[in-house]
Amino acid sequence: MGFRPLSRASTHPTSGDSVIVLERVGKTFVTRAGEEVEALAEVSLEARRNEFVCLVGPSGCGKSTLLRLVAGLVTPSAGAVSIAGSAVTEPRADTGIVFQAPTLLPWASVLDNVLFPLDMMGRLDAAGRARARDLLALVGLAGFERKYPRELSGGMQQRAGICRALVHDPDILLMDEPFGALDALTREELTIEVMRIWRERPKTILFVTHSIPEAVLLADRVVVMSARPGRVAEIVEVNLPRPRDFDMEARPAFQQATHHIRELIFGSRHERVH
Amino acid sequence: MSASTRSLLPRWAADVAQPVVALVIFVALWEAVCRVFHVRAFLLPPPSAIFTDTMELFGPVAMHTLATGETVLLGFAVSVLVSLPLAVLITASPVIANAVYPLLVLTQAIPKVALAPILVVMLGSNELPRVVVTFLVAFFPLVLSIAAGITSVPPELIELGRACKATRWRELWRIRLPYAMPFVFSGLKAAITLSVVGAVVGEFVNADRGLGYLIQTSTAFFRVPLAWGALVLLSLMGIVLFQIVVIVERVFFPWAVDLDKQTV
Repeated sequence: MGFRPLSRASTHPTSGDSVIVLERVGKTFVTRAGEEVEALAEVSLEARRNEFVCLVGPSGCGKSTLLRLVAGLVTPSAGAVSIAGSAVTEPRADTGIVFQAPTLLPWASVLDNVLFPLDMMGRLDAAGRARARDLLALVGLAGFERKYPRELSGGMQQRAGICRALVHDPDILLMDEPFGALDALTREELTIEVMRIWRERPKTILFVTHSIPEAVLLADRVVVMSARPGRVAEIVEVNLPRPRDFDMEARPAFQQATHHIRELIFGSRHERVH
Repeated sequence: MSASTRSLLPRWAADVAQPVVALVIFVALWEAVCRVFHVRAFLLPPPSAIFTDTMELFGPVAMHTLATGETVLLGFAVSVLVSLPLAVLITASPVIANAVYPLLVLTQAIPKVALAPILVVMLGSNELPRVVVTFLVAFFPLVLSIAAGITSVPPELIELGRACKATRWRELWRIRLPYAMPFVFSGLKAAITLSVVGAVVGEFVNADRGLGYLIQTSTAFFRVPLAWGALVLLSLMGIVLFQIVVIVERVFFPWAVDLDKQTV
């Protein structure tokens, strides 16, 4: 692999109202065999209030680890992660997380699954129940409150998973390849859905994906990462008007952004299939 | 679909009728073989003799059945009460797991039939050694399957619990144990069947009643049809208890049955 200098200009602080701040964060895991694996190195990143930030990169670039650092599920080996000015040392009540698999509890109804975080936090009340029903209606699951996960399609289960992440009204939504396990059509549908939810309930969203078009369509800024150890290669601003839809894939701005990101990820590979 | 709807019986009746017909044919053949070839009763008694000899002693046989049933249920209950906390402890800490697993394997390596007379000397000639033997035979697969269930929870669910600031206790009761239910029930099904085996082993060594005791005494007096009757009752007891566990799972944990089907 040839060396290719990467622009880091846009990683510098952009404004004072950054909600999520990562400063020179590194994470090293120790495997069972005792080997040290450096997942992330020198990652500096900020997300402004109600900004939609996507993380893309090859598998093994540590984007899921980065998300878990912000969630407080993993502690950094170097540097610091802070949310709204205070260091993240454990999971916080102002973040919600959506996983790749819906991971709903099979023994609980859709409503109880959505209420699960409130129940665990000991904050289950009438207002919470009302908000859960509200959220289910927002994602088109009104009338499915009493159904069980096994009675729902994969897309519907993931919608419930999104409601579960939002039920305690967090300011920050962390999404770890949330549509990775869905078919292409459901994926497009839910991408549009997430943009609509974000428009109606503004949040700071950190969204991990390995789909470049998905990242460009969703994000205000796309954080492109390189692998082993994971570093920020570049942060790409997406200059597309909102609201967005999949028809925008034809626009030059969309094409330029995806092309640029592809070049960053596949950098030195110039081989073409003829 | 169309073939089954066109048949004479509804689906459920056919499901019941087929094994019943097979059983009736089997018993009839058995009876016929004994009569036609004049097989002597102590070698292989005909089903009719088994039935009449057993019914003749209906009162005592019922008493023996209840005695065995009591040992089976006590041993099974002790197995459940010990296995659940044991599995939770093993999965809670690698240190405990390391320390306890060799002991568990040791209890399984000991031949229970050989251990039973020693237990009688230790614990006295009463119900206690029979229950202990039943427990020792039945509990091991239950511990293993509960432990497997507790550790099979998807890591995302554990992360979800942590993200929601769930305590370890809540994580165990609200995530791990419910998730382990299909595993718990496959362990319970194994344990209830093994409990019947364990109770009979206990009775062979030391008992003054029970179906195992009945088999021993009746064979000693060449009352072989009665021994066969006790054997049939033991099998029925095993089947009925197993089905009770199946029904409890279906009624109280229907999602667990569904997961079972998915994994099979």
